[in-house]
Amino acid sequence: MNRFTYARPADLAGALREIARDPGARFIAGGTNLVDLMKYDVERPTRLVDVTRLPGLDAIEETAAGGLRIGALVSNTAIAYDARIGRRYPLLASAVLAGASPQLRNAASTGGNLLQRTRCYYFYDAATPCNKREPGSGCPAIGGVNRIHAILGTSEHCIATHPSDMCVALAALEAVVQVAGPGGERAIPFAEFHRLPGDHPERDTTLCQDEIITAVELPPEGFAEHHTYLKLRDRLSYAFALVSVAAALELDGGRIARARIALGGVAHKPWRMPEAEAALAGQPAEAASFALAADRLLAGAQGHGHNDFKIDLARRAILRALSQAAAGTPQSQTDKRIR
Amino acid sequence: MPTQATPQAEPDRVTITLTVNGKPRSLALEPWTTLLDLLREELGLTGTKKGCDHGQCGACTVLLDGRRVNSCLALAVMQDGASVTTIEGLAAADGTLHPMQTAFIEQDAFQCGYCTPGQICSAIALLEEDHAQNPDEIRELMSGNICRCGAYPNIVAAIEQVMASGGEPAP
Repeated sequence: MNRFTYARPADLAGALREIARDPGARFIAGGTNLVDLMKYDVERPTRLVDVTRLPGLDAIEETAAGGLRIGALVSNTAIAYDARIGRRYPLLASAVLAGASPQLRNAASTGGNLLQRTRCYYFYDAATPCNKREPGSGCPAIGGVNRIHAILGTSEHCIATHPSDMCVALAALEAVVQVAGPGGERAIPFAEFHRLPGDHPERDTTLCQDEIITAVELPPEGFAEHHTYLKLRDRLSYAFALVSVAAALELDGGRIARARIALGGVAHKPWRMPEAEAALAGQPAEAASFALAADRLLAGAQGHGHNDFKIDLARRAILRALSQAAAGTPQSQTDKRIR
Repeated sequence: MPTQATPQAEPDRVTITLTVNGKPRSLALEPWTTLLDLLREELGLTGTKKGCDHGQCGACTVLLDGRRVNSCLALAVMQDGASVTTIEGLAAADGTLHPMQTAFIEQDAFQCGYCTPGQICSAIALLEEDHAQNPDEIRELMSGNICRCGAYPNIVAAIEQVMASGGEPAP
């Protein structure tokens, strides 16, 4: 790990001042990803700004709109077991419990979860080129070992995936990310928070270096009746998704009134396609409709060799997730049998 | 001509207080010291193990203000004012083992023993959290602790034994 200085500002304004005066400074909260990356020399901050003592960022509160506001310092554990989230946004609680381990969830913050970096092997290995770590150095995953890599939204510069489970649920729920910076506050719709690699794979999100996440807001609609988070991975627990699906439906009789589908493990961001969701509206909640949605979501999916299997796996996962959601039988994150 | 060596005040060190197994300590730390390295290298508490050092194995699990965390990913300077309990802090002052330690022995819940301090700290927190009611849930919520010897069935049995006896609060 490189040498760095340490600051522990007392309030948000102090934190923003600290980050603004040193382009090499980074915020740290749970540290479960940043400290790990520092041990690999992937991240080499000159200064760490400890935000864990900032006041007012560690609560889950009702919003005027009828949703919930999750402070950026709320731990993943606190989200997973919050009674209001369990009742109104069970999809989110389920996705959080599908990720990491109890130890990591205790330490990991909400804001930090959104800012997780990819688990691409080459990104983590500072001895290899990587356009995300070292812009312009190349992407060895293309034509290399790419079993865990993306099949959608890739660029010629990067085929990495976004690793979070929580973010896949937040994408489906259309959460809003609240951000503070030197110019004041702004709200970023979840779909615009993470970005595709394009020509700048070094940028995971649209957050600026001198900005900080203060909260994630959930809109009132939580799809509590018909939802599922289905995560497929190499072992049953404590592993990143090869493919995951957050599905949320509103049913009207046997027909779909509204649908949300977000995919994890397949792209540089939680993958949604509003057209595919809109096309489900008015359709019967049955396999044929789900198959059409899967076709639309995966149109343009492209394998890179080792990860070719993900295209069919994603298709099957979408079908299964939509049928679980329609039946009101969400995937258990304890009993891993997929029904 | 050699310049005169001036003693440096080690400007990079940060002073914190930390209660370790009930004993308050004042520590001047380099910011890059992890809680795990502080415990093992500076305080001589080598019961907490370094396995992967990347949050993937759970061998370094300790109780930080009662919550289980991977001490390898926690920077010590950030824990100012906190209370840490390690495997060395579980037994009573007279040497009586914590019920979870006793259960691990009685159920033969380890082979090489390297993951055991982390397993025991994690298991104590699991009972405190009270989210596991059956073996499936115990297994899922112990998934952050890897045992390369594969003693999992006996680890689950040890936890069930303490659970059945009504458990014991973490110290």
